[in-house]
Amino acid sequence: MAILERHTTPPAPTRDAAEPLVRVEDLKVDYLSGRGPVRAVDGVSFALKPGEVLGLAGESGSGKSTIAQAMLRILQPPAVITGGHVHFGGRDVLDMSDDELADFRWRDMSMVFQSAMNSLNPVMTIGDQIMDAIRAHEDVSAGEARKRAQELLETVGIEAKRIDSYPHQLSGGMRQRAVIAIALALRPPLMIMDEPTTALDVVVQKEIMYQITELREQLGFSILFITHDLSLLVEISDRIAIMYAGQIVELAPARELFEHPLHPYTQGLMSSFPALTGERVKLTGIPGSPPDLRTPPTGCRFHPRCAHRMPHCSQIVPQLAEVQPDHFVACHLYPQSTPGGAA
Amino acid sequence: MSTITTADQPIAITAPTDNVMEVDHLSVRFPVGGLFDKRAVHALTDVSFTLPRAKVVALVGESGSGKSTTAKVLARLVKPTEGRILYQGRDILKEEPRKASLTYRNEVQMVFQDPFGSLNPAHPISYLLERPLRIHGVVKGRQAIQERVEYLLDTVGLRPANEVKDKFPYELSGGQRQRVAFARALAVEPKVMLADEPVSMLDVSIRVGVLNLMEHLKEKQGISFLYITHDIASARYIGDQTNVMYAGRMVESAESRELIAAPAHPYTKLLLSAVPNPRAGLRTQEAPTRGEIPSLVDPPAGCPFAARCPHVMPVCRETMPGITHLAADHWVRCHLHGAGDAAAD
Repeated sequence: MAILERHTTPPAPTRDAAEPLVRVEDLKVDYLSGRGPVRAVDGVSFALKPGEVLGLAGESGSGKSTIAQAMLRILQPPAVITGGHVHFGGRDVLDMSDDELADFRWRDMSMVFQSAMNSLNPVMTIGDQIMDAIRAHEDVSAGEARKRAQELLETVGIEAKRIDSYPHQLSGGMRQRAVIAIALALRPPLMIMDEPTTALDVVVQKEIMYQITELREQLGFSILFITHDLSLLVEISDRIAIMYAGQIVELAPARELFEHPLHPYTQGLMSSFPALTGERVKLTGIPGSPPDLRTPPTGCRFHPRCAHRMPHCSQIVPQLAEVQPDHFVACHLYPQSTPGGAA
Repeated sequence: MSTITTADQPIAITAPTDNVMEVDHLSVRFPVGGLFDKRAVHALTDVSFTLPRAKVVALVGESGSGKSTTAKVLARLVKPTEGRILYQGRDILKEEPRKASLTYRNEVQMVFQDPFGSLNPAHPISYLLERPLRIHGVVKGRQAIQERVEYLLDTVGLRPANEVKDKFPYELSGGQRQRVAFARALAVEPKVMLADEPVSMLDVSIRVGVLNLMEHLKEKQGISFLYITHDIASARYIGDQTNVMYAGRMVESAESRELIAAPAHPYTKLLLSAVPNPRAGLRTQEAPTRGEIPSLVDPPAGCPFAARCPHVMPVCRETMPGITHLAADHWVRCHLHGAGDAAAD
């Protein structure tokens, strides 16, 4: 049965000399349930370079949000990190004490949550909420914090005079900008954005995406951008990792992934959203549904839905291997992915 | 076609039309505030469109544009302040003013956005499908009902039907639940389905399957769909005609591909430019237009898009433009294209 064990995947190497900002290594997260643990994230490894935007795509239940929460150590029971490392600035986030974490969060890594517009405190002005974030970490006067809050609001495209507005006085898009301002407050080198525009209308989404891109170019922070919307991800990301049932199945530069997806799941995703231009072709989507992680399929987790499955797909777990320069895929169609196959 | 016969029963037709539904100058206002507050939310203003037999008509727009209100009015869940609904040529608001007849409720079915909230979790799928069959007396007898349940599940692609019917909603995925919702609506052999964002809560890989199911039902069973979505690309995918709504008004209508190839209204153009387009890339594009849908509480006169429109002219703030026909199946309400063939009301 040794062959069924998933080996530790080496961290996806980056070709550039730049030292990665954060390196997630063989991360495992279980949700404890009455019927035994459910592995939501199963041996995920990736790295982010300074200034890079890494997109993390996957369907609901694929583990993408769980990864984000594990990286910030904000997972709530019944979720438990059961293995792996998150290397950041020479330290392992998973080994940090509570005090270290309190200092680390927001200063080094901040997060814009899913439906962030509702994560603002309704009875505090947005100015107070930004000042809160600043003064929790830095010993600055209220006046100084307020000045910085005003600057931050302008940075994200909100007039400084709105500093004393309550969340309900702002539109959805403005609230989302305010949340980004809070995430930016301490100028962290890494920002995790978990579906930051999902609840917004397309036009507002476009504005926010444009703003995020502009801010990143000005300030140079890295983004781990999580969404199920692949077309959005291709627009904003430098590289994209595709998740399926708790594992990364493909990782490649955004354009390369979009134009030459290698994993059958990624190919299926690409033929799942209708195009705005070109011939109206019949799309097929992907048959079946994502698996129940209480009883994940053996071998490759995608094999029950895969049109290209081979006999050994249900027996041997494929490994994320670099089949083309910078293009990693975990699929037996590529011999490098099969343990013991061509190197 | 002056007489229309459908497979199951002949229907009394008064208007020689192929439109199963015609919506005529529909307006909905909701009062706001207290007793003496005269203000009102103008949820829908002067909306007219037709739903041809065995076609998919898409309504696209942002939240607050009035798409869902339109569906609710057609489902008779919301009473319009003004306007007519002609169903199979009958003025149903006049004929059935207080409550829709069983026949209407039977023939016009609604499918909701949230498949997690729209199925009773306490009952197996078979029960959920048997109920409408019994209430509407579609088929009689235990055996016949069971057969019909399996047939319906099979039709919506839930196979093997004899296993699926004994499951409970929690045992099904989102896409499967949405298929059950479609099966339940189909149970009573509707002529019209009002599908309000039926795929927006589903996973990407599942969405296309549900869209294809709608297309299949349209072609095989001749059902007309009102497909409500914020996703203009999916409207192009299954919509025969696409109507664009903004702030409670319908601003443009065209054959779906024509709308995307040659949008006439500045709002339609804005909507199209906002759709993520991996081919173009975000970085190369100029800053998008700012702003959101204006307040619908006593909106000012004129075009509701005037505040955001890059081409705004003085006349736009004064009068609402009328309808200008650009082609047989393409009209727009915008002063850039003239004051309208018909005077604005």
